Amino acid sequence: MTIFATTILGIWALLSLLSLLLPMAGNEIALESMFVAPMHEGYVLGSDELGRSLALRLVDGAGISLLVAVVSVGISTLLGTALGILAGFYGGWVDRIVSRLIEVFLAFPGLLLAIAMAGMLGPGIENVVIALSLMGWVGFARLARNQVLSLKQREHVLAAVALGQTNLNVMRLHLLPLLMAPLLVEASFGVASAVIAEAGLSFLGLGVQPPQASWGSMIREGVRYLLVAPHLVLVPGLALSLVVLSANLLGDALRDRLDVTSHSKR
Amino acid sequence: MTKRLLDTSIVLFGVSTLVFFLTALIPGDPVDVLLGENAAAADRAALRQQMGLDQPVFARWIDYLGGVAQGDLGDSLLRSRSVAALIAERFPATLQLALSAFAVVLLVATPLGTLAAYQKGRVLDQTASVFALLGQSIPNFWLGPMLVLVFSIGMGWLPVSGAQAPGSIILPALTLGFSLAAVSMRMLRASLLEITNQDFLRTAKAKGASGLRIAMRHALPNALVPVTTLLGLQLGALLAGAVITEVVFAWPGIGSLLIESIQQRDYPLIQGVVLVIAGSYVLLNLVTDLLLYWLDPRIRESA
Repeated sequence: MTIFATTILGIWALLSLLSLLLPMAGNEIALESMFVAPMHEGYVLGSDELGRSLALRLVDGAGISLLVAVVSVGISTLLGTALGILAGFYGGWVDRIVSRLIEVFLAFPGLLLAIAMAGMLGPGIENVVIALSLMGWVGFARLARNQVLSLKQREHVLAAVALGQTNLNVMRLHLLPLLMAPLLVEASFGVASAVIAEAGLSFLGLGVQPPQASWGSMIREGVRYLLVAPHLVLVPGLALSLVVLSANLLGDALRDRLDVTSHSKR
Repeated sequence: MTKRLLDTSIVLFGVSTLVFFLTALIPGDPVDVLLGENAAAADRAALRQQMGLDQPVFARWIDYLGGVAQGDLGDSLLRSRSVAALIAERFPATLQLALSAFAVVLLVATPLGTLAAYQKGRVLDQTASVFALLGQSIPNFWLGPMLVLVFSIGMGWLPVSGAQAPGSIILPALTLGFSLAAVSMRMLRASLLEITNQDFLRTAKAKGASGLRIAMRHALPNALVPVTTLLGLQLGALLAGAVITEVVFAWPGIGSLLIESIQQRDYPLIQGVVLVIAGSYVLLNLVTDLLLYWLDPRIRESA
């Protein structure tokens, strides 16, 4: 299963690189060959209502989803971990404020907060990244805070404090390294949810704007032609589900391998 | 319990505040966004006043919280109605969808989860875990169209979208319930398996109770505590998940209202819908906790 997952994720990464080499190739319109079925007229995955190659659009979509997932999970991890460590380490009013913030953000189930923020910010790829980062930091903050609360009682941390290490060094050198394993597990589940979320926002018309392809917007546009060309919806959905499945499998495998017992999932 | 109630009100206060400050994310001046930069000065001033933008932020914030506390969510900018009335009109459809999806979850997860636990490691259990994995990975905005493709276009059994035709609730409810059914099934299986190793089950077995009696009388009630927690959390999540499902099926609930209001930049309406969904979620969590308090004597003792 792990081999399957890493293979799929590897292909995803390769397609993303390819999309950098062939910028916007999927936007080429060929009205003489609309709705070509897969494996016909030289179109491997068929073409859409404007005769654009579905295979090339899939490559463009891979680039978008990887970019959004990596950047937004990266920002969420940095922001969430920093706040979580500070809250767990200092306790007191810092912890009270951060914990309240976490509770308030957790009161917005699923994609709701991202939809609301993307709705206010307006569509666009940067705004999707902002919305997903502001939604995603909570999971990391909660994880880091809970871990630090128990880790700071460990002897090596007490020893470091007793030896007069600065607080910053205790957090950086003695706490952060121990957080890496659970954070890595959380991050791979985070990638899975970010990929679904980006596609979801684009499906709702709040993500990337036409003609730019995203797997979510491909599904959105394809739904209109479900009767005549079901491959327009089948192909991007399949790609999306495979990538999300693989990121989830990788998270499971990492959790078992790194022996991370507590794992919080939204 | 008093502490729990206090916590809930603090969270609700925080949620309303966050929803109020969502408007800070609007790029530039909202009046420019809505009217364009070349609008007449009088129109601009009128809209500014209607949105309360002539007031300082702090005053508007207090005003908004005061309104929310009295159930006043402001007025829609484009439809001459109050936000609360618009939401009240569309909320029943969403509730109907969420409850139907919830029924799907219960009907699928309870038998599958129980069977998977009793057949641990066998074919049925493995099939169930594949189902669980798919539930986590297939997004509902893809599952929905696929179900339409098979059952509406292919078989011609069910309507494609809308809420008028008989049976139109079936596909939206399946779409919305699918992933939650998968998660709940795993959860029920795990908690049943954990309970199988408990002392009181061994005692029941030693006393010669039948397998069925042990399952129904001893194992299931104890497995219900974690499952109730999950279901309570998830019923609220269904309200949020309904946003995408409603768009897929053109279901006339508050989810599609939210997306309409975003497209029309009707900011007070966006805020209102988001606040109602998040608020319902928080209150459902509170109800779940109260339910657990009543269900589980251990929680009652420790509280």
